[in-house]
Amino acid sequence: MQKVQDLPGKAPAAARSRPRSRDWPVRVACAFLVFILIVAVVGPFLTSGDPLHINAANRIKPPSAEHLFGTDAMGRDVFARVIYGARTSIIVGFVAALASLLLGLAVGLLAGYFPLADATIMRVMDGIMSIPSIVLAVALVAITGANLGTVLIAIIVPEFPRVVRLVRGVILSLRSEPYVEAAISLATPTWRILFRHMLPNTLAPLIVQGSFVLASAILTEAALSFLGVGLPPEIPSWGNIMAEGRTYFQLRPGLIFFPGIFLALTVLSINLIGDALRDRFDPKLEKRH
Amino acid sequence: METAKTKEILRIDNLDVSLVESGKTLIRDISFTLHAGETLCLVGESGSGKSLTSLAVMGLLDPGALRVSAGRILVEGIDVLAASAEELRQMRATRMSMVFQEPMTALNPTETVGAQVEEVLRVHGEGNAVTRRERVLKMFEAVHLPAPERIHASYPYQLSGGQRQRIVISMALILNPRLLIADEPTTALDVTTQRQILALIEEMQQKFGTAVLFITHDFGVVSDIADRIVVMNRGDLVETGTRDEILARPRQDYTRMLVSSVPSLVPPGRMPVTGAQILEVANLNKVYTQGSFLSGRRRVDALKPTGLTLATGEILGIVGESGSGKTTLARCLTRLIEPTGGAIRLGDTDISAMSQRQLRPYRRRFQVVFQDPFRSLNARLRVRDIVAEGMLNFGTPREEAYARVGDLLERVGLSVEMMDRYPHQFSGGQRQRICIARALALRPEVLIADESVSALDVSVQKQVLELLREICDETGVGIIFITHDLRVAARICDRVLVMQRGEVVESGSVDEVLTRPAQAYTRELIGAAPGRNWDFEHFRPFA
Repeated sequence: MQKVQDLPGKAPAAARSRPRSRDWPVRVACAFLVFILIVAVVGPFLTSGDPLHINAANRIKPPSAEHLFGTDAMGRDVFARVIYGARTSIIVGFVAALASLLLGLAVGLLAGYFPLADATIMRVMDGIMSIPSIVLAVALVAITGANLGTVLIAIIVPEFPRVVRLVRGVILSLRSEPYVEAAISLATPTWRILFRHMLPNTLAPLIVQGSFVLASAILTEAALSFLGVGLPPEIPSWGNIMAEGRTYFQLRPGLIFFPGIFLALTVLSINLIGDALRDRFDPKLEKRH
Repeated sequence: METAKTKEILRIDNLDVSLVESGKTLIRDISFTLHAGETLCLVGESGSGKSLTSLAVMGLLDPGALRVSAGRILVEGIDVLAASAEELRQMRATRMSMVFQEPMTALNPTETVGAQVEEVLRVHGEGNAVTRRERVLKMFEAVHLPAPERIHASYPYQLSGGQRQRIVISMALILNPRLLIADEPTTALDVTTQRQILALIEEMQQKFGTAVLFITHDFGVVSDIADRIVVMNRGDLVETGTRDEILARPRQDYTRMLVSSVPSLVPPGRMPVTGAQILEVANLNKVYTQGSFLSGRRRVDALKPTGLTLATGEILGIVGESGSGKTTLARCLTRLIEPTGGAIRLGDTDISAMSQRQLRPYRRRFQVVFQDPFRSLNARLRVRDIVAEGMLNFGTPREEAYARVGDLLERVGLSVEMMDRYPHQFSGGQRQRICIARALALRPEVLIADESVSALDVSVQKQVLELLREICDETGVGIIFITHDLRVAARICDRVLVMQRGEVVESGSVDEVLTRPAQAYTRELIGAAPGRNWDFEHFRPFA
């Protein structure tokens, strides 16, 4: 009995012992993400260029030893802007993802555990999910002007209801678990049931969801900035750099290509790692080979 | 006839099955034979390797994980292990076939059962569409399915569990195989259905002269149907013998221990309990209403108004088949679901209508032990924190609570050092002991055990039952013991209530109800209980 029942718990160990050959994309993704994180942290030491320094005499130059990625329409060093842009994208991504997770977790716990609140909360979430992030961003920019706060709100608001749905589902299924019912029978206070018996079991799916929220937040920030409803244009972000490079794309494709490749690889890495996490935490979802 | 009877159908010689990856052997040196018309029961507790053996015969071992590392399996003289995939496919259904435990998952939910049975004929190239249909209808009649035409066009979800198992059996037998392997075919069924299915298998066996390899953990079933018995334990063959040899004169200690652990249907004879009444339930009921657009409101009486009393030191059994309302009653009593009406008087206080907040102080007076020991413990907490949780909730200082956890663990037969382990380090029986320790930590007056030994192996079951009885006698806790197994109820209970379709049909002392049942339904239940004629503890039939 024991042996059979222990198998699900041991599945991660089985996953670990699988042939290494299938792991390499995940390893490369991890390495790339670490590289981007380092770039974001130590960016200023990697380049002597000032991402904000305008030099009218040095406009749209091709890549050279002095300007690795060339210069943009205002003579700013694109290499320096891409490096600083990593910092912006990573900060926006992580803050948005973390905020979505925390907000979604809190609301999801409420909706999942208290049946009376459930219907109301979930209908409100359905309503929020129907707001497109770009429309929301345009509206916010019109009211308050383009800044970091509006970008974060425009990403978090449409994203966190998905987390609410996820957490609510997990909590609903945990509610009928005998160990939770045992805790109720022991007169365990509700907050302790939620935080001690339920919360730890939501972490695995939450971390997986977090990785997808992170990737989506970075993409959304770039998209909003590219459309001019995101961060102010002087702030170096991958979306802003591409937006400015658009006009000169035929002359200098690097203006879009260099920030674009960084953006694509970052998002791809995060998604690969998210898939690997999901396989690790929930082997049932993994594709059969 | 006699020569046909002695024809050897299955022969297993020195079979070893091991894991592909680590090479660890899971079953070792298994040898036995099975003759035409014979029923061989393969018995053993979980992890004994009985299912692996049967899968090896069918050639159904997962080739990525398991392999036969030694030995020979002959079905009607044909070596299964040497057969190609195509040869194996030809042998299945024509020479050997299998019936599984869960008839719902053994059938395709999106196809009519008639089409599924016809498919067996079709893939073996039997007849044309018309004759195939006729043959299936005839088979359905043979397995006593009502209205074969209607069943033929039904989907699995439209049939009852017993009917589905009949379909699976007709599928297995339609090509008249010489060998039928039945892997716990009645474990998922109620006792009355189980009895019908067992009778059906026997009837089919006599009709077609099939050899039956019957895998089960239930000695009651074994004593009813076996000609010969093979006992397995942890991958080893312990003992082989005729039914009477194994049940009456077991040679091995393990067999002796296993057989004597099986509870008998005749209660041991208990003195009436004279303790003070601690719990009184009156007219407790639960109604579910379903709103439906077309049919209007539908009312389901999950529990019709029910009353019961419980005294200190008493074990009250609640028995019934699935859907009888026994679990609804338990969940209403523990207020895990809200009763629709009635009273639950704990001492002088009616707890049935209290809010969960008001109820909290009273929770320490009634505790619950659930069925599944693997899901009843939070896997992320240490045993010490699991058992201490209730005490901490009621304000016991931490050191005092932990000290008592040690005492409790010793009381339930575990040791103090186990406090710092996690649940996954324990076996099912040990986990159920932890659950009992957790429930006892609050010194409850009433303990509600909902199928608490149903998931346990018979030897472990016996120990847990003994533990519950000891605790009851020692502390005076009143126990409401819910079970579907009459033999378990006979062993442990002082009084029993028999439930059917949401109401109590009979109640009384365990002796009265089990030996002199007044109601037809109770008699039917007792009549269907497997192994009712065998006194396992004393290795003899009842006189």
